[in-house]
Amino acid sequence: MTEFASLETDLVNAISAAADEAALEAIRIAVLGKSGSISALLKSLGTMTPDDRKEKGPLINGLRDSVTEALASRRAVLRDAALEIRLASESIDVTLPVRPSAAARGRIHPISQVIDELTVIFGDMGFAVAEGPDIETDFFNFTALNFPVGHPAREMHDTFFFNPDEKGERKLLRTHTSPVQIRTMMSQKPPIRVIIPGRTYRCDSDQTHTPMFHQVEGLVIDKGSHMGHLKWILAEFCKAFFEVDDVKMRFRPSFFPFTEPSVEVDIQCSRKGGEIRFGEGEDWLEILGCGMVHPNVIRHCGLDPDEYQGFAWGMGIDRIAMLKYGMPDLRPFFEADVRWLSHYGFRPLDLPTLTGGLSV
Amino acid sequence: MKFTLSWLKDHLETTASLDEIVDALTRVGLEVEGVEDPAKMLAPYVTAYVISAEQHPNADRLRVCMVDTGSGTPVQVVCGAPNARTGMMSVFSPPGTFIPGKNITITTGMVRGVESAGMLCSGFELGLSEDHDGIIDLPADAPIGARYVDYAHLNDPVIDIAVTPNRSDALGVYGIARDLAAAGLGTLKSAAVATIKGEAPCPVSIKLDFPDNEKHLVPVFGLRLVRGVKNGPSPDWLVRRLKAIGLRPINALVDITNYLTFDRGRPLHVFDAKKIKGNLVVRRARDGDEVVALDGKTYRPDTDVVVIADDHGVESIAGIMGGEVSGCDEHTTEVLIESALWNPLNIAQSGRKLGINSDARYRFERGVDPAFCLPGLELATKLVLTLCGGEPSQVVVAGDVPVEDRVITFQWSEVKRLTGLDLSVPEMKVILTDLGFRVSGTEASVKVAVPSWRPDVEDKADLVEEIMRIAGLERVLPVPFPREPATVAKPVLTLIQKRTRLAKRALASRGLIEAVTWSFISHPEASHFGGGSPALSLANPIASDLSDMRPSLLPGLLKVIGRNVDRGLTDIAIFEVGQIFRGDRPQDQSIAATAVRRGLGGPLGSGRFWRDGGAIDAFDSKADAMALLEALGVSVAGLQVQRGAPSWFHPGRSGVLQFGPKAIVGAFGEIHPRVLEALDVKGPVVACEINLDALPPPKQRPTRMKPKLILSEFQPVSRDFAFIVDDAVPAGEIVKITQAVDRALISDITVFDVYRGTGVPQGKTSIAIAVTLQPMEKTLTDSEIDAVSARIVADVSAKIGAVLRS
Repeated sequence: MTEFASLETDLVNAISAAADEAALEAIRIAVLGKSGSISALLKSLGTMTPDDRKEKGPLINGLRDSVTEALASRRAVLRDAALEIRLASESIDVTLPVRPSAAARGRIHPISQVIDELTVIFGDMGFAVAEGPDIETDFFNFTALNFPVGHPAREMHDTFFFNPDEKGERKLLRTHTSPVQIRTMMSQKPPIRVIIPGRTYRCDSDQTHTPMFHQVEGLVIDKGSHMGHLKWILAEFCKAFFEVDDVKMRFRPSFFPFTEPSVEVDIQCSRKGGEIRFGEGEDWLEILGCGMVHPNVIRHCGLDPDEYQGFAWGMGIDRIAMLKYGMPDLRPFFEADVRWLSHYGFRPLDLPTLTGGLSV
Repeated sequence: MKFTLSWLKDHLETTASLDEIVDALTRVGLEVEGVEDPAKMLAPYVTAYVISAEQHPNADRLRVCMVDTGSGTPVQVVCGAPNARTGMMSVFSPPGTFIPGKNITITTGMVRGVESAGMLCSGFELGLSEDHDGIIDLPADAPIGARYVDYAHLNDPVIDIAVTPNRSDALGVYGIARDLAAAGLGTLKSAAVATIKGEAPCPVSIKLDFPDNEKHLVPVFGLRLVRGVKNGPSPDWLVRRLKAIGLRPINALVDITNYLTFDRGRPLHVFDAKKIKGNLVVRRARDGDEVVALDGKTYRPDTDVVVIADDHGVESIAGIMGGEVSGCDEHTTEVLIESALWNPLNIAQSGRKLGINSDARYRFERGVDPAFCLPGLELATKLVLTLCGGEPSQVVVAGDVPVEDRVITFQWSEVKRLTGLDLSVPEMKVILTDLGFRVSGTEASVKVAVPSWRPDVEDKADLVEEIMRIAGLERVLPVPFPREPATVAKPVLTLIQKRTRLAKRALASRGLIEAVTWSFISHPEASHFGGGSPALSLANPIASDLSDMRPSLLPGLLKVIGRNVDRGLTDIAIFEVGQIFRGDRPQDQSIAATAVRRGLGGPLGSGRFWRDGGAIDAFDSKADAMALLEALGVSVAGLQVQRGAPSWFHPGRSGVLQFGPKAIVGAFGEIHPRVLEALDVKGPVVACEINLDALPPPKQRPTRMKPKLILSEFQPVSRDFAFIVDDAVPAGEIVKITQAVDRALISDITVFDVYRGTGVPQGKTSIAIAVTLQPMEKTLTDSEIDAVSARIVADVSAKIGAVLRS
C-alpha cells in the first residue's frame, strides 16, 4: 500500500515543481508514456492473479488518475502564467490617435445638399426633376418666355453671349432656369409638375452677386391649378424647407414677362445678431418670384391657354441655403476654400429624408 | 421712383395716414423701398427768439443766451456760434433731443461753469446742410415756438417705390394716385387740362423726315413758342419737391419739364427759341452729326438714333437728352416747348448705345401715354405762363396722336379660374373702372377697353392681375394641392439624376470634399484640356480668366488646389460633379465626376501620420474611379483598364477606363507635370475623371429578385505562383491569361506581390498571384490541382514569355 502512496506523493511533488510545460511533459512521458512507470504498473495487472488484480487494480488506477489530474492542473497553472507574461509584454499606447473616418472628412457642398432637400420635399408633392442645357438660344431664354425684343426686362438680365455663328445667331448662357419650362412643356403632355434646379449665369459680380449662381424653378401645368394652390405649395415648402412650424408670408403683385398675374413673395423673419429666424420678428425678406404662366408662354409651347393653365415660381438656391444655414456671404460658395467647405459642407451620410428630417 | 406725400395729395383726396399709404402701395404692386420722414427726427426742434446773447464769463468764444422757445419761461443756453446775437430768430433743441449731424443726444449740463439747457442749432447739426459756420438765422418775422419742420416745410415725407418695367403709368405721381384711389385709399382728383389758345401761329415749323415705314419712330410731335418769358429760379414749392426726390433745380423752364416728367410721367423738352436757327426737323442722325448734350458730354449718334435738328445741326437727342447749345438759361426770353411721342424700342436702343440714362429715356422706353402728349404740352404752357409769364403761340403739331383701340373680350370667370378668388361682378367692374378701363356689356363675357396709359395690358390674364392686385392678394386663400393620383409617392429621378447624386455621396464618403467651381475658365486652361473652341468662348466674359466653357472639371479643381496650397493647405482631396461642354448644343453637355488628390491627401486621411499613409499616387485615383463605378452600380466585369489617357495626364502613370474602344468612360492617373506648371500648381497631383453620361445603364429586370445564391459544399484551394516577366508586361495580362485557363474552376485571382530588385534580373519584374480554385461538384484531388497549376504555368509562360520563379 505505502508503496503506491509514497510513489504518488513523489510524483505529485515532482509535478508541482515542474517549472514549465516542457518539464511537465517530460514527467508525463516518464510516468504515463509508453514505457512510463505507471504505464508499466498498469501493464503488470495483466500478469497478476485475479486476487492480486482485485486488490492492486484500484490502487494502480487510482494512482494514474491522481497523477493525470495533477498534470492537468499544473498545466493550467503554467499556461495562465505564460499568458500573463505574454500579455504583460503586449501592451500598447492607447493615446496614440487614429485617423478620422473618410465619412467624417468628406463633405457635400451646401448647394448639392439643398438641391437634395428640394428634391425630397417636392418629390413628395409629386414633382419630377427637369433639367436643360446651360448654353441656350435666345428663343428658349427670352422669346418663348414672352420677353419682347428690346424690352427693358431683357436688358435687366445682364446676359452672357457667345459669338454669333455663320447664320448670325448667337447663343447665350441661360440667365434663369425658366427656359427649361419651355423645353418641358414642348416635350411633355400635361399634367406637368416639375422642379428645375440648375446653374444660371449673369454678367454681374459684386458683394451679393456672382456671375454664376443656382436657381430652382417650379412649374405646374394642368386644367385647374390656380394662385390659391400656388400659395399653399409655397407655404408648405417654406415650412418644410426651413423646418419650422409656421412661416408668415407676404404676397405682393409684381412683374415677370413670363407670368401673369405675377407675384413676389416675402417671408417674415427676425434678424438678431446676424442670425435670421423665421416665424418671428417684423422684417420682410424677399425669397421668390412666381405667378400664373403667361398665356403667351403657354401658346409658344403649342398649348391653348384657355384649356391649360398653371403656375411657376423661381428662387435662388444659393440664397435659400444662406438663409437656412447662415453663410454670411455668397462668394465663398464658389471659391472652394477647403476650410469653408469643411465648415459649411455636409457629411456624406447626411441624407435628407422626410421621415428622418431634412437636416437633423 | 420718388415722390413726396404732399405731392401725392395734389392728386389724391385722402385721409389715409402715411403708414396706410405705404402699406397700400406695396399691396397693389408698387413696392415701397424706403420712406424718409424728416418730421420724425426733427419733430422736437422749435423756432426760438434770442432775447439776449452775452459774453460767457469764462470763455472768450462762448455766449450765454436767454432764449424764448415759446414755452413761457426763457431758457438759458450756452452757444459757441459766432453769429449768435441778441434779437435773432433761430432753431432750438431742448434737452433729450437727438442731434443727427453730431450723432449725440443733448442733455442739460454745465459749460465752463454756466448751465446750458438745450442748444441753438446749425443746419449741419440738423443734418440738413453742410453749413456749420453758425446757427440757423431765420427771418425776423418767423413765429416763436413753432415746429421747425412745419415752418421750413420739411414735414413732407419722401416715399421711394420700385416700379416694375410694365408699369410706365406709375412713373408719374398722378398714376400712383390712380392706383391708390382704386385700392380705396381716397379719391382721384381731376386731371383735366385746359387748352390754352395762342394768338399767333408758332413761327417754327416741324418736319418729321421719315419714310412711311418709319413713321412709328415719331408718331406725333407738338411744339409751341412762348414769347417774353422771364426765366429764373423756380418758386420754393417747386425747388423743395425737386430736391426732395433728388433732382437739382436748374431754372424755372427746365424745372417745369422735370416736374411734369415725375408728376405725369410726361417728359418734355424746352429750347431757347433764340438759339434755334430756322425750322426743326426730326430725322435719323447722319454721319458726322455731333451734339453736346445737357450733361456737358459730346455725343456722336449713329444713324439708328433719332435727333431733332435745325439749320445749325443736331439740337437734341430725341426722347433722351436735349442739347446744351439750345438749352434754356436765365437769359432765355423765348421758349419753344416740345412734347413728342417716341418709339420705345428705338429709344431703348439709342439710349443704350449712347450710354445715357435719363429720366426721359427711362419713361419713353417703357411707354408713355400717347393720349397725354398734347395735354402735357398745354400743362407745361400753363406752368410756364404762371412761373415765367409770356405770350403763347398756337400749337403746331406734326404727325398724329396714335389712336389705339385695345378691347379685350373678358369673362369675369377668368378671375376665379386663374386665382381661385371669388369676387362679385360689381366689385370687379368698379376696380377696372377706377383704373380707367371702360367695361361694356352685362353678360358673363364683357368688352373691356384698355386706357391709353396702360400699354402693358393686352390679354385676359392682364385684367385678372389688375383685379387681383387691387382686390388684394391676401384675399387669395391657400388651397391644398395634393399629389395625384393619391398613392404612395412614385420615384421621380432619372438615371443620370440618381447617378449624379450618388456620385457626390460616394466620393465624399472616400474623404473627398465637394467643390463647386465656375463653369467658365480661361482660354489657355480650356485649351490644355481639349477645349477652347470658338463656339464655347464668351463674347462678353466678366473677366478674361472666365472666358471659355470648361471641357473638363480638372482645370477648375487644379486652380482650387493652387489657391488652397497658397493658403498653406497642402494636402488636398476634393471633387466636383458637374457639367462639362464639348460644343454648344444641348447634347454636347454632359455630367462629369472628377476627384483630385494632392500631397498627403490620401484615402485614409490627410497629412502625416504615425501609422500609415504617405504621398498619394496614381493608384489612389484608380481606387477613387473604381469605387465610384461600383457605388453607381456599374458592373466593372467588362471594364478595360489600359494606357492611353488624355494628354493632360502623365503618359506613364495614367490609364483610361473603357468598356470598349468606343465606350471610354474616364481616365485616372497623375496629372502631366507640364500642365501643372502651366496652371502654376505644385504637384504631384492625381485625379480621376468619369463621364457619368457615358456609363452603361443597368440591366432592366422584370422583378427585384436577386440572382439565386449558389454556395459550394466543397473546400476551395489556393495556390500561389510567382512569374518573372519583362518590366513592360502588365500584371493585368497575367491575370487575364490565368482566368482563361478555367473560368468555371478559378473563382479568384489576386496579385499579392510585385517585386523588382535583388534576386530578379535587371529589366524583369516578379509578379506573384494567388489563384483560388472553387470546385462545385466534388473535392479536388492532388492530381487535379496539379493539372490546373501546370496549365496556368504553361499558358502564362507561353503567351507572355514568363518564367516561373523558383
